[in-house]
Amino acid sequence: MPVRMNKTWTPLTPEKVQRLSGQLGIYQIQAPTGQTVFIGYAGGRSLFGLRGELTKELASRDPGYSFRMEVNMQYMTRYKELLMVHAADHGELPLGNRESPAPRLGRLRPC
Amino acid sequence: MELELSDEQRLLQQTVRRFVREQIVPLEDRLDPDADEIDPDDHDRLVAEIKKIGLYGLGIPAEYGGPAIDLVTECLLAMETSQHRAGLYAPCYGVFGGSNLAQLYEANEDQKQRYLYPTLRGEKTAFFALTEASGGSDPARAIRTTAVRDGDDWVINGGKMFISGADRADYGLVFARTDPAQGRNGITCFIVDTDAQGFYVRRVIHTLRSAEYATELQFENLRVPQRNVLGEVNKGFAIASDRVSRARIPYAAACLGVAMRAQEMSIEYAKVRKTFGDMLATRQAIQWMIVDNEIDIRTGRWLVLEAAFKAERRQPFATEAALAKLVATEAAGRVVDRAIQIHGGNGVTKDLPLERWYRELRIRRIGEGPSEIQRLIVARNVIGGAFH
Repeated sequence: MPVRMNKTWTPLTPEKVQRLSGQLGIYQIQAPTGQTVFIGYAGGRSLFGLRGELTKELASRDPGYSFRMEVNMQYMTRYKELLMVHAADHGELPLGNRESPAPRLGRLRPC
Repeated sequence: MELELSDEQRLLQQTVRRFVREQIVPLEDRLDPDADEIDPDDHDRLVAEIKKIGLYGLGIPAEYGGPAIDLVTECLLAMETSQHRAGLYAPCYGVFGGSNLAQLYEANEDQKQRYLYPTLRGEKTAFFALTEASGGSDPARAIRTTAVRDGDDWVINGGKMFISGADRADYGLVFARTDPAQGRNGITCFIVDTDAQGFYVRRVIHTLRSAEYATELQFENLRVPQRNVLGEVNKGFAIASDRVSRARIPYAAACLGVAMRAQEMSIEYAKVRKTFGDMLATRQAIQWMIVDNEIDIRTGRWLVLEAAFKAERRQPFATEAALAKLVATEAAGRVVDRAIQIHGGNGVTKDLPLERWYRELRIRRIGEGPSEIQRLIVARNVIGGAFH
């Protein structure tokens, strides 16, 4: 598994989200501008896992957004890793992660 | 060895048990099952509470401001502080403080001023970096990271694996080879600042563990001043060994705490769950699992307390610490496995803490020296060195 998530982006649409599994994992949201604006996870308390979380994302955003995800039982450590990688690459957290209290993060310097 | 707990030990045990059940467990009901931290406000409130009852800084010697408790009592409390979902790797979410590097108590005064005292005040955090990709069980031979003297500095190159907390730490203890020809007598311990140029945390290593994830470190021409050598040059291995032996005892105790809670849950469940018209508790298959759990817990507990008792009295304790670590980690794994079996399908869900304990306990048979190394230590000590 690469440190940076490098999967292709999928349009955040009802058709795509309905077909998702209810598994645990992590996801990223990309704005129409191409900027990654949120990193989230579907954890043990998420109703219907990734499908549930991305359904909520879909309902809260305008058309034109995209997502990509990883099914991952180690969602918590992966979530923190992706936040740290984003901070290392861009100097700050994604916009959506700045609004809510972020977890206690360290400093990562991936190659 | 005294078999009865003192009144003070009993009181401390009850106080911490009540704290875990009344303060920590209810918080976890609101957290993700894999969470390893609580809300900072809750953290500060609970730290203040622990300070008020005089238990802040468990493991810190009394002369440095820790509570004056011996290693036996520390182990008894470790069996309590781990009795919640995140308890194995984030006991009470750190509100007891005190997770410091014991080696720093041997540092010189200048090093204590710059590193130990700020750490004790909660201003700095540290990591311990011994294991490398080439192995962790035989560090004397496995360490490939080198440190070469250059004027008043040492230049470190290499990497470390499975290092907890390095990405959040202000500094750490890094073991490097300073004399390639000398085996275990060629390793030196350096205090390394994490903001130094050439220090990199390359990635999170994802394991079965949800809390306190491990990281991979890389050092590229990392310059460390001579005054940051901890102890003597080429004598670093003794520093690592001392820490590892003693640390095994409370490490084992924490595993037993989880096992004790899993057993309690199993008994409670067996008394309310009916199958084919009768309680599980009436079934011999279940009763025997509960009895086997009890044997595992009591055996492990005795060995842990014996090791702590000897270490506290400065008697030789390497065999006892190895037995305690070996038996407690393996026994706790078996207990949680049986507890899951007793709980059936519920046991493997994230609704209960059992699945997290099951995953995280598996690591305990490897961390701080795998079971095979503990057996090797015991064999060497009971048979004698000539046969190894």
